[in-house]
Amino acid sequence: MTAEEIYRHGLERIPAGTLGELAAEAVQPWVTVTPASLLDVLTVFRDDPALAFECLDCLTVTDIMDEGQMEVVYHLYSYKHQHLFVVKSRTGRDEPQVPSVTGLWPAADWYEREQYDMFGVRFTGHPNLTRLFLPDEWVGHPMRLDWKEGETALGIPTSRPDPLVKKDAEAGGGADA
Amino acid sequence: MGYTPLNLPSNVITTRVDAVLNWGRANSIWYMLFGLACCGIELMQTGGPRADLDRFGSVFRSTPRQSDLMIVAGTVTYKMAERVRRLYEQMAEPRYVIAMGSCANCGGWLQKSYAVVKGVDLIVPVDLYLPGCPPRPESLTEGILELQKKIRRENFITK
Amino acid sequence: MPEELTINGPDNMLLNMGPQHPSTHGVIRFVLETDGEVVAKATPVVGYLHRGVEKIATELTYSQFMPISDRLDYVASMCGNLAWCEAVERMAGIEVPRRAQFLRVIAAELNRISSHLVAVGSFCNDVGGVTPLVVALREREAINDILELLSGARLTYNYMRLGGVSRDMSDKCRQDTAAFLDHFPPALDEFNRLITYNKIFIKRLADIAVVTQEEAKAYGLNGPNLRGSGIRFDLRRNDPYSVYPELDFEIPVGEGFAGQVGDCYDRYMVRINEMYESVKIVRQCLEMMPDGELTSKVARVLKIKAGERYTRTESARGEMGIYIVSKGDKTPYRVRVRTSSYSALSIFEKLSPGLMIADLVAVIGSFDIVAPEIDR
Repeated sequence: MTAEEIYRHGLERIPAGTLGELAAEAVQPWVTVTPASLLDVLTVFRDDPALAFECLDCLTVTDIMDEGQMEVVYHLYSYKHQHLFVVKSRTGRDEPQVPSVTGLWPAADWYEREQYDMFGVRFTGHPNLTRLFLPDEWVGHPMRLDWKEGETALGIPTSRPDPLVKKDAEAGGGADA
Repeated sequence: MGYTPLNLPSNVITTRVDAVLNWGRANSIWYMLFGLACCGIELMQTGGPRADLDRFGSVFRSTPRQSDLMIVAGTVTYKMAERVRRLYEQMAEPRYVIAMGSCANCGGWLQKSYAVVKGVDLIVPVDLYLPGCPPRPESLTEGILELQKKIRRENFITK
Repeated sequence: MPEELTINGPDNMLLNMGPQHPSTHGVIRFVLETDGEVVAKATPVVGYLHRGVEKIATELTYSQFMPISDRLDYVASMCGNLAWCEAVERMAGIEVPRRAQFLRVIAAELNRISSHLVAVGSFCNDVGGVTPLVVALREREAINDILELLSGARLTYNYMRLGGVSRDMSDKCRQDTAAFLDHFPPALDEFNRLITYNKIFIKRLADIAVVTQEEAKAYGLNGPNLRGSGIRFDLRRNDPYSVYPELDFEIPVGEGFAGQVGDCYDRYMVRINEMYESVKIVRQCLEMMPDGELTSKVARVLKIKAGERYTRTESARGEMGIYIVSKGDKTPYRVRVRTSSYSALSIFEKLSPGLMIADLVAVIGSFDIVAPEIDR
C-alpha cells in the first residue's frame, strides 16, 4: 500500500481526531500523533491485518531546539505487505515524555534506551530505562543541541594539547600559557 | 656475546646477563588480543597467514597476565578507558604498549566526538605510536621490530 | 534443564564476560548469570565503542561523511559507503552513471564475501577450530588485494563518491577479479569439506538458539540473521537499489539444514550460500559493465532542500538504514544509522536462558556481531 492508502485505512479504524494530517508532499509521508494516543494508534497499525506492521524498523529522536520540541519518529515496516510508514510524535523539550512501545515491539527496548541516553526522552512504561551506550556516571545527554562538553569526562581530559601550538609559545618566549 | 678468551671448552660462551635476557624477551613478544575497532581487523590479519607475526616470535594471548605487549588497536572510549587501564595493570612487568592507529594516538577522526578519549597516552604510558587509519600489517610488523630494538637496548641488571 | 532453571536463584553465579574477550568480536560485555554450566540470563552491556558518529555527522558536509561511513562497519566498508551514497543521492536526486553503479555493486559484493569470510572464519575459531579461520583469512587477503587495486586501501576504502566512484577499475584489477571468481567457489567447497559438513561442528550448532520467524520480525533482525529463520527477504530484491534489479541471483534462506529452522547452523549456512551468490553477481557485473563516466556532476558542497528520508540498503550484516533530516544547510540536521548487529544483540537476553556457556560463544558468532555497528 502507498502511504495515502495506509493513512486512509488507518483513519477508518482509529477514533476521529487522533490521527493528525498526513504530510503528503514529503518523499516518505508521515503522520503526527499526540503522545497520549500514540499507543492506541500504533497498536492498530501493528494488529490490523491489512496494515500488519510487525516490525519497528527504526526509532529516532530529533531535537528541534528552535521550536522547543523533541520529535520521536517511528519507522514501521511490514514484511507481509512490504510497505513502510512513518509515525511521528512531538513532546516538549524541557521534560520530554512519550509512552514506551516495548509492549508492541520488543525491538523498541534498546532503541528507547539509546534515545533516552542520547536525548533524555523518558519513555514511560519502559521496563528498564537506563543508559545504553554511555557510562552510568555520565552527566547530561550529548545529542541534545544545547549540550556542552566539559573540561574532563570521567576524570580524563577531553582535549589534547596541540603540539604545534605549544612549540609556537615556546619559540615566542611562552608569553602566556 | 662472544667466545671466551679463557681456556674453557669451546661450547661455552660468555655474555652479559642483560644481553641474554633481552635476547629472549625481544624474540618472544607475546601480545594481548585486544582489538578495539577497525585496527583490530588489521591486527588479526597481521597474525594471519600472509604477514605472519609468528615469524618474530610474537603470538597472541587472550589474557593480559600472559602477555608482554598491549597493542591498543582502535578507538578508546571513556567507557572503555577504565578497562584499558585495568588490563594494563594486570599485565606483568616489563610491559609495553603500542598505540595502533590514529584513534589511539590522538583521537584521529574522532577528535570532535564526545565519547572518545583523545589519545590512549592520557590513560597508559605508550612506547610506540603507529600512524595510519588503520595501519597496514606491514606497518605493525615494523612496529614490532622497532619495539624489539627498544627492548634490546634496555638494562635490567646493570642499571 | 531449562525447566529447572532458576533466575535470580541464591546459588547462581554472576560471571563477567568481556569487554576484552576474544570471542565477543570486539568490545562487548556480557553479564552472565549461570546456574552451573547453564546460563540463566545473559545481559549484553554495550557502548564500549560508542563513538558518537551521529553527532559528528551533523557537523560535517555530506561528502565529508563518506570516510566515516567506512568505519560504521569496518568489516564491510564498501556496503557502508554504498548505504550513505544511496541515502544522499536519493534524497538529492543525483543520477549515477551506469559504469559507476556496476563498479559499486562489484565492490560491495566482493566486500560482502570478505565480510562473510571473517564471519564464518571467526565463528569456527570461536567454536574451537583454528584452521578454518586461517583458511578464511587467506581468501580474504585475495579480496583485499583486489579492493586495494580498486580503491587504494585495504580495509577502509573510501571508494565511492556522491554521484559515482573515485577511480576506475584497471585491467589488472579486472583480470585479478576474474581469476578470483574462478578460484573462489572451489576454495569455498574446500572450506565446506574442511568444516561445514564436519559432524562435530554440526552437533555443536544444530538446534542451538532457535529464532522463530515471529521473534525475528519483532526484534527487527535483518539480513542473514533474518533469512536464517526462513524469511526470504533481502533488500537487494525486495526494495531494490542501484543495478540489483537487473542481476540474477538467489536469496538463500535457512531451511533447517541440520536441525530446526533458525538455529545457529542455519545462520551459518545462509552466509556460506550467500558467498556463492555474490560470486554470481560479480561475474554478471563484469560482463554487463559498460564503458562511460565515473561520476556525475555534483556540487562540492552539496545542499539538500529541506526534507527527510529513510533509506535502507542491504549491508553484509543486514539492513543498514540511514535516516537523514535536512534543513537545507550544507550539513544534515540529524543523521540516524540503523544497523543490524544492534538488533541481533538485543535479542540475546531473550535467547540466552538455557544455553550452555560454550553455546553462548557459538551464538554470538552465528549472529556475526561487529561492535562498531552496534555502538556507532
